[in-house]
Amino acid sequence: MKLIEGFGKYFLMLTIVFRTPEKFSVFRRRLFEELEHIGINSIPLVALMSSFIGGVIALQTASNMSNPLLPTYTVGYITQSSTILEFSPTIISLILAGKVGSNIASEIGTMRVTEQIDALEIMGVNSLNFLVLPKVTAAVLFFPILVIFSMGLSLAGGWIALVLSDLSSTETYVYGIRYYFEMSNVWYALTKCVVFGFIIVTISSFYGYYVKGGSLEVGRSSTQAVVSSSVAILVANFLLTQMILLS
Amino acid sequence: MIEVKHVNKSFGKTQVLKDISATFEKGKVNLIIGQSGHGKTVLAKCIVGLHEVDSGEILFNGRDFCKMNRVERTSIRQEIGMLFQGSALFDSMTVEENVMFPLLMFKKMTKKEMLTRVNFCLERVNLTGRNSLFPSECSGGMQKRIGIARAIAMNPKYLFCDEPNSGLDPKTAILIDTLIREITYEYQITTVAITHDMNSVMEIGDNILFIHNGNNWWTGNKNNIITTENLEVTSFVYASEFMKEIKDSITEKNKNK
Ligand SMILES: Nc1ncnc2c1ncn2[C@@H]1O[C@H](COP(=O)(O)OP(=O)(O)OP(=O)(O)O)[C@@H](O)[C@H]1O
Ligand SMILES: [Mg+2]
Repeated sequence: MKLIEGFGKYFLMLTIVFRTPEKFSVFRRRLFEELEHIGINSIPLVALMSSFIGGVIALQTASNMSNPLLPTYTVGYITQSSTILEFSPTIISLILAGKVGSNIASEIGTMRVTEQIDALEIMGVNSLNFLVLPKVTAAVLFFPILVIFSMGLSLAGGWIALVLSDLSSTETYVYGIRYYFEMSNVWYALTKCVVFGFIIVTISSFYGYYVKGGSLEVGRSSTQAVVSSSVAILVANFLLTQMILLS
Repeated sequence: MIEVKHVNKSFGKTQVLKDISATFEKGKVNLIIGQSGHGKTVLAKCIVGLHEVDSGEILFNGRDFCKMNRVERTSIRQEIGMLFQGSALFDSMTVEENVMFPLLMFKKMTKKEMLTRVNFCLERVNLTGRNSLFPSECSGGMQKRIGIARAIAMNPKYLFCDEPNSGLDPKTAILIDTLIREITYEYQITTVAITHDMNSVMEIGDNILFIHNGNNWWTGNKNNIITTENLEVTSFVYASEFMKEIKDSITEKNKNK
């Protein structure tokens, strides 16, 4: 029952978020701030995660391929497809749910408990639109960039790991990556991460915006935001895979 | 003018406001006084719509605020300035950006015009030259004054001040009182101020509403509050020994006459 009520409140919130901003110049400025907060500031984390995990994927695939019947370029192929299909869009989004989601929920939650949101409302500002719309827009615009970046670094990480440990040559690895490379998989990944970015920002904002109490509750709601957006990402991932890959 | 008619408000099982009716006149300083926790802030927040009332009417110049939709409310709210009890400044913005914020959102002004207006408002609350500080770098009293500067930036028609001078030294407190009175008279604002401070009551209380336990317990002005026989009001006014002594000496004098 509470869940249904929560859903209702969430969708109602979305209808208030998606209105034309009061003043476009203000929106544009807020958007650039958020592009920096949500996007640029996430680059180091994404870079670190992607290159290391790309390396590990490549190494594990290589070390598990004792069967001489498999061609040597399989390592590159598997690294490429698992990175593009799942690792970069989904795992990176889950990681960003932790970083960006908790950040957003605690920022908006603090504004709520210190009456800053009330102050906005009193002035006649649509506080949800003012706070959340720039964040959603920034996430939807920047998540694809982060994911493409992550794909590149992950493949590069795999390459470095393989070459350093002498498990494969550059030529076979690159051949494997290009072998059976499907552009549609990249589009699929980008679609997913746009949806995930939307989910992370709106759910975290939801938890922050409707928090009641004090700093303890703000902390709790930001944990809740991360948990809920992660679950939502997993569910959405499942549904999207069904819809896109199997259609 | 703001009229409040038969307003009730409960949180869960506790009824905070009980059938409150009051009129806040234009061009006057209307005070809401009463003991801590008796519903003053809740009443103010109900009037501006931050709390939805359970029943009753709230009329801004005859227009019922409770029945309005979001768009209509927005247009009225741009005419409201409010100082919150906890100041509620935007903590990631500087003093200047805080005061400029409403202008930036709603006014078609050049940057220079806005800055002039901001500096004018800051000057009125005695904060010239503090533009680039962040709220966390300001004292509590300064935060109050920044809050007032932000509330008056848009030239509001309705001004709400929740304890504008609590936490200020007597001199600054009087300065703020005078400021509130001045702008109220000058721009014919409907001002509603909440206070505990008997000094401000006596300074600026054109109309006084005394709230007790969520009830409209007494209404009057600064002249008849010292002579009223209402038990709760007198115990509020003469809470300190000092004030009691003054009262005794006054009655003594009257007897001797
Ligand atoms: N959001 C809320 N939820 C539940 N109860 C509330 C809420 N806000 C206020 N109350 C209750 O309403 C009563 C009146 O509170 P209010 O803040 O109006 O007091 P006040 O008269 O402004 O006191 P003070 O002078 O100390 O500021 C209190 O008992 C308080 O616990
Ligand atoms: Mg109060």
